[in-house]
Amino acid sequence: MRILIGLTAAFVCVFSAISESRAGETVLVSNEKGNTITVLDANSLEVTKTIPVGQRPRGIVLSKDMSELYICASDDDQIDVLDLNTYQLKPPLPSGADPETFALHPDGKHLYISNENDSLVSIVDIAQRQVVAEIPVGVEPEGMGISPDGKWIVNTSETTSMAHVIDNDTRQVVANILVDSRPRHAEWTSDGAQFWVSAEVGGTVSIIDAAKRQIIHKITFAIPGVPNEAIQPVGILITTDRKLGFVALGPANRVAVIDAQTYDVKQYLLVGQRVWNLAFNHDQSRVFTTNGISNDISVIDVHDLKVIKSVPVGDQPWGVVVRP
Amino acid sequence: MRVIKWRLSPALVYARRRFYPRAETRVRTVAVLGRAIVTSLIVGVLLTHASGSACAQEGGAHNIDVGYLSQAEKREAPFPYLDAPPADEGLAGARLAIADNNTTGKFTGQSFVLKEFIAPEGGDPAEALHQAAAAGIRFLVTDLPASKILALDASPEAAGMTIFNAGAPDDALRAGECRANLLHTIPSRAMLADALVQYLVTKRWTNILLAVGTTEGDRLYADAIERSAHKFQAHIIERKPWTFEAGARRTDTGHFAIEAEVARFTQGIDYDVLVVADEGDEFGDYLPYHTFEPRPIAGTSGLVPTAWARPFQQWGATQLQNRFLKLANRWMTARDFAAWAAVRAVGEAATRTNSTDPDVMVKFMRSDKFDLAVYKGAKSSFRSWDGQLRQPVLLADERDLVSVSPQPGFLHQFNELDTLGIDQPETKCRFK
Repeated sequence: MRILIGLTAAFVCVFSAISESRAGETVLVSNEKGNTITVLDANSLEVTKTIPVGQRPRGIVLSKDMSELYICASDDDQIDVLDLNTYQLKPPLPSGADPETFALHPDGKHLYISNENDSLVSIVDIAQRQVVAEIPVGVEPEGMGISPDGKWIVNTSETTSMAHVIDNDTRQVVANILVDSRPRHAEWTSDGAQFWVSAEVGGTVSIIDAAKRQIIHKITFAIPGVPNEAIQPVGILITTDRKLGFVALGPANRVAVIDAQTYDVKQYLLVGQRVWNLAFNHDQSRVFTTNGISNDISVIDVHDLKVIKSVPVGDQPWGVVVRP
Repeated sequence: MRVIKWRLSPALVYARRRFYPRAETRVRTVAVLGRAIVTSLIVGVLLTHASGSACAQEGGAHNIDVGYLSQAEKREAPFPYLDAPPADEGLAGARLAIADNNTTGKFTGQSFVLKEFIAPEGGDPAEALHQAAAAGIRFLVTDLPASKILALDASPEAAGMTIFNAGAPDDALRAGECRANLLHTIPSRAMLADALVQYLVTKRWTNILLAVGTTEGDRLYADAIERSAHKFQAHIIERKPWTFEAGARRTDTGHFAIEAEVARFTQGIDYDVLVVADEGDEFGDYLPYHTFEPRPIAGTSGLVPTAWARPFQQWGATQLQNRFLKLANRWMTARDFAAWAAVRAVGEAATRTNSTDPDVMVKFMRSDKFDLAVYKGAKSSFRSWDGQLRQPVLLADERDLVSVSPQPGFLHQFNELDTLGIDQPETKCRFK
């Protein structure tokens, strides 16, 4: 009996230790076709709420104080603002035409938005609620990454196949780096030394030295039994310690795990269909993936590098963030 | 009485009609066309002038002129059709691609100019080619029937040019009649047929009744379906010529005559799917809901294999559809797409080689390093053996994208896209 109690106590301790890191964390998923945000408990992985928002919600980011979620409502040409305490929509922000995805500047005051139809990057001042600058870039701007110090904006343009580096002070394009076809996502390393750019049609991830603005390595992928055409890299995550990278491979239905020092592919994790975007929880023990065709998210254990669960969400999940 | 007149590139007629949202009367279409020709001549002169002065400023080092050559067609709004074909079909695709190229060109210091050479109706495209040659064109996108492409290509003035075929699906152009300076961005009939038959085989609708119209294009389309059926082990139960004279629909109670005729045509035959070879859309629209047994229709009507379709929205295609709508005020067709892909191929080669030297660009374009993102998932490139742009083929009706071929499971040693059309081991193309 005493042993049993001891075991139970030990179990409870272990269990609470595991769940502690994710206690109170919330996973937020935009559903492009469902026009909703799905809210999940990061620990139990239960869907707690489904909130109707504007049309074609794609990119989502948290406000700096984590109290609001900004949502690119692409077909409404605006940024929806969701209060994460009340789960009520607040008045929307302007965005320029057809906002697809965006990034929040580290100052927490400006959103940098890709206007896919107009070949523009729009800068929105959140407090002033207006577009304060427009920067012409290549055809179909998409991925948006801001350096950790906030000085450099990287925007990828899909049809032009470039990563444009924008100086945040002058708001001028200062460098254009040609990458492989249809670049989708730009992700900075936490030290600001590199940014990684995925090319959906080219099938590669270019590692770019941020100071030299040159490609220093190209990661390629090969999965036995999967045609090369199906390997379409999109979302990227890099751990803060720069040990691991994760790359969503689209219709290959896998997430590649990269050694972020050697750039070798360590393994491929089978997730849902057409895996698109990725998000860490705050201690980076979990990766959440949106799977656009199977209408679910997959949960990856970062320590074991195993997919531990998939959870149905709304119609065509696109973006994902985790609120601590 | 036969009302249908337009025959210029009959092969893609179905595509032009399919995805064109507005009906225009004959008079208006012709008037628009006339205006378009005059405008293009004026614009052509202005452009030549403008680019001349621009060249003077920049030394002309980073400018690339792309020619677009087609022939004005008399396009009546034919009786069974609900939508008249657009006057700027093909050309609008080229114009959009020039704009796309120039957006990229801002960052690479390259600029692209489209020079339009439209031969008048009944005139000789050779005169337009002469003008293109005089303007120093090295990349020429054409939307012409196969015979006229071959005639142009034989001219000494075409010797230094790379010609893109963005209109003719004829397999002969990729086989016995292939030319070393000819690239094809429009899918061949063999590719279209393979795309369709792969899907039919996937659905296990392998018993095909083939209804064939009276034109040469119809015959070639049916031949391509037969070849695909053999390739993918489907069965042509019967190849039946359609000889019933169209025209009853406008007659009061004409639908009874059509119903009786289609029922008779399909009665007593055991088949899964009725495949129509009717590139001019003379009778294909009569067939649905009239067959003796309830059977789906595919081919040039019903479920249509095509390079581009209005309901297509995947792989970012929505963006291209939106840009095109904004530019042309209508939906993109397969011929628009083919012209767009040709001009984009020129732009992509210029970007990747960081060169505006046509010889450098063409060499790269034909190499295995070249790839073009065409919004259809897999990357496109030119087949080394016949100059055809390998690409996924859409299967769509007017309202729905049904599938995209190659179908999963049709495997290939090197590239699954080469399960569509004529592969290297079977090519009859020997470049001269």
